Amino acid sequence: MSDFDLLIDYSRAQFALTAMFHWLFVPLTLGLSFLLAIMESLYVKTNDIQYKIMTQFWMKLFAINFAIGVATGIIMEFEFGTNWSSYSWIVGDIFGAPLAIEGMMAFFLESTFFALMFFGWNKVSKKAHLFSTWMVAIGSNLSALWILVANGWMQFPTGTYFNMDSGRNEMINFFDVLLSPVAVSKFLHTISSGFVTGALFMIAVSAWFLLKKRDTFLAKKSILIASSFGLLASLYLAFTGDRSAYEVAQKQPTKLAAMEGLVKGGIKEELVLFGLVNPAYSVGSDEPFFLGDLAIPYALSFLAQHNIDAFVPGIDDLVYGNKAQNIMSASEKIRRGKMALHYYSAYVKAKKVNNLEKMKLAKELFDPLRPYMGYGYLNTPEQIIPNTSLSFYSFHIMVGLGSYFIIFFIATLYFSIFNTLENKKWFLYVSILTFPLAFVAGESGWVLAEVGRQPWVIYEMLPTFKGVSNLDSDSVAITFWLFAFTFTTLLIAEIRIMLKEITHGFSKGAE
Amino acid sequence: MFETFSLLALQEYWWFLISVIGAILVFMSFVFGGQSLIFELGSNENEKDLIVNSLGRKWELMFTTLVLFGGALFAAFPLFYATSFSGTLWVWIIILFSFILQAVSYEFRKKENNFLKQHGYELFLVVGGSVGLIFLGGAIASLFHGVAFSLNDQNLSFYHNSLRGLELLASPFILLFGVMFLFLARSNALLYFINNIKDQKLYVKSRKKLVVNALAFVVLYLVTLFFILYALNGYSSVDGKIVLESHHFFKSLVATPFLTLFPLLVGTVLYLSAIYITLFKSSKKGIWLSGAGTMLVGFSLLALLGFNGGSYYPSLVDMQSSLTIANSSSSHYTLTVMSYVSFLVPVIVAYVIYVWRILDRDGMSLEELEKGEKY
Repeated sequence: MSDFDLLIDYSRAQFALTAMFHWLFVPLTLGLSFLLAIMESLYVKTNDIQYKIMTQFWMKLFAINFAIGVATGIIMEFEFGTNWSSYSWIVGDIFGAPLAIEGMMAFFLESTFFALMFFGWNKVSKKAHLFSTWMVAIGSNLSALWILVANGWMQFPTGTYFNMDSGRNEMINFFDVLLSPVAVSKFLHTISSGFVTGALFMIAVSAWFLLKKRDTFLAKKSILIASSFGLLASLYLAFTGDRSAYEVAQKQPTKLAAMEGLVKGGIKEELVLFGLVNPAYSVGSDEPFFLGDLAIPYALSFLAQHNIDAFVPGIDDLVYGNKAQNIMSASEKIRRGKMALHYYSAYVKAKKVNNLEKMKLAKELFDPLRPYMGYGYLNTPEQIIPNTSLSFYSFHIMVGLGSYFIIFFIATLYFSIFNTLENKKWFLYVSILTFPLAFVAGESGWVLAEVGRQPWVIYEMLPTFKGVSNLDSDSVAITFWLFAFTFTTLLIAEIRIMLKEITHGFSKGAE
Repeated sequence: MFETFSLLALQEYWWFLISVIGAILVFMSFVFGGQSLIFELGSNENEKDLIVNSLGRKWELMFTTLVLFGGALFAAFPLFYATSFSGTLWVWIIILFSFILQAVSYEFRKKENNFLKQHGYELFLVVGGSVGLIFLGGAIASLFHGVAFSLNDQNLSFYHNSLRGLELLASPFILLFGVMFLFLARSNALLYFINNIKDQKLYVKSRKKLVVNALAFVVLYLVTLFFILYALNGYSSVDGKIVLESHHFFKSLVATPFLTLFPLLVGTVLYLSAIYITLFKSSKKGIWLSGAGTMLVGFSLLALLGFNGGSYYPSLVDMQSSLTIANSSSSHYTLTVMSYVSFLVPVIVAYVIYVWRILDRDGMSLEELEKGEKY
């Protein structure tokens, strides 16, 4: 393996590592912040001190999680500069804006009011304190909005234009970037997954109290609130998941083909519910994709196109083309891309000697090839398909768990309303064991989003290997292991501290 | 409104904003300065608790300001973002680690079942604060000093030293700036403690420490200014070409008095006044003067880098690769959009002041710690 290949792998691995660590803490922040705001609103409205005690207990756990969340988050912002510097220059004109707005509009709001929320119980009126709690909830979710706008743009670059003079992509319409359907559905899907995670956390901890027969009154109240919130959030999660999948079908057909294991496209396509991916399968081979599978007829065509007679392209259609469906082959796109790069290079050379005529000619030849420029960096048509088994499994794990969460919340709410939870020890254990599954589902979602976008860092615009910094692989290997060691240590510390804090129960420090 | 601005006007507006945010970050670095003093000032558990909790209500503000500073640089000057962070990789990694340690240490320090122990987190705060300040100062100094990078014809950056920024530690100017920054932050932290912590013993100790730290800062500050204004040459952009200019920063200082010279002078006087009223008038309000002074001087020095056609990130290996605000910014459209977003700044400042005032109303005392949540 060359040093450059190692560099790419370590750079990707480091970003994946930091992002996945970050995503252990963020969903809890997103979900718990709203649950805190709801509980405190009940306290202010009813003046029932029990709600205040509950809010203060969950707030302590929120604060422990918040600290490590921001610690992992700061790395991600600066990692674009340290490890993806070519990316930062080539698309920084678009990508930098949402990150800056996130800092300005959301992170300041969240962290400033966090201090007042945490320390301000005796310093401001009840309503002013409630306001600060809501500001933390709104701030943390606004923060997610801007980050997901940035990520949505990476999945579906819109509102942008390649400027031949500056040699980079530039923003031409901010609202196209902000209101891109991919960004909007991604944001709604992601925050609702955070709400589900927060609710599952609250139920799991409360279930432990019920098993220990401690603080049962407040634990049951917490479960009632969390399961109601969680059920609404999980239903919305399914709805936004459907929207996201539809957007993937429209904007990222290679990701859809990989995550569904669809080799040859067609109409009335079935949706694979469960499948075992054949390890011998590779793009273009005669091996079947699945060793065995269970599928629902017509469902994929319906979900992807909202029409069972609509054609859903498969891996082979996208790689080798399908004239009948007017799908261009990847090799033709690569050929056009290489021509685009050639004319761009001619433009740059002509500009250096100020040859206006040659510049004009190069631009005229470049313009129709503009959409294919990114393909010019690729070498083989098969490269356009992401890792198929990883995409397939991550998608199906996420969807399977998401469906389970709906059933789980219905059951929890039912038992909670009829006050039979305490007697169902088995269900309390299930509740505790369900919580880690929220992270499995969330991380799977991110694996699908990011691995499924490959080989692109910006879909069809910039291959991942073109965005990396000019570093030696050893430096990135060192930082990778440094982050792995540090974040693992801090995660262990956080879990131990949180577990201890939970054992203290609702009453410790309550006023 | 901003649509009608020229590209240069937008670039200057954004360098102005970057200078303001950077100046706030320079002031907020007193949190790191305070961290470096935990063991020196806190001789028992109560004193350490007071120091940590006093700083603990401010660390997020410093952290957030750094995030905003990074985000604003990315949005407005992406070529700098791309060049600096990957070029001087190890400098930034060390700075980032000091912020990671800061974020968790306040929250985790006193928590039970904490296998890294209270002392471990206090060590993180002290070492992270001290090293973080020297490297943060060094990173700012590298803007005056220059680093070994070059750009190819597609503006992709390359760094020409395998130490990736650590080689800068061999430069007397960079080291000087870093140590000066450490003493500035420490003296501001001491003034903050004098104002914020209601404890007589800590008050006396802080005043005593202030003498040494402020004196060290003032001496190093004057030597640093001498370096910047007389000893260092700078790069200037003339008709799009970068040229070497002797006494560049001094010339820029004189050429842009309202942006650089006056803030520098006023800021210096305010800082000295803060030390004077604290040490000789027993005032506890020195932090307000020194805070304003630090921000003015910080603003002035950052403005000095970008305005008057100077290069704010000189290349030591290829002069034409040096970055100016004109050749490294985002497009006119993006700067325009971001300029509208900048209208949020007064709103942010307003609620930060509101929260700061509420949290600091009663100061930090043992009674305050007994009353509510604490680190």
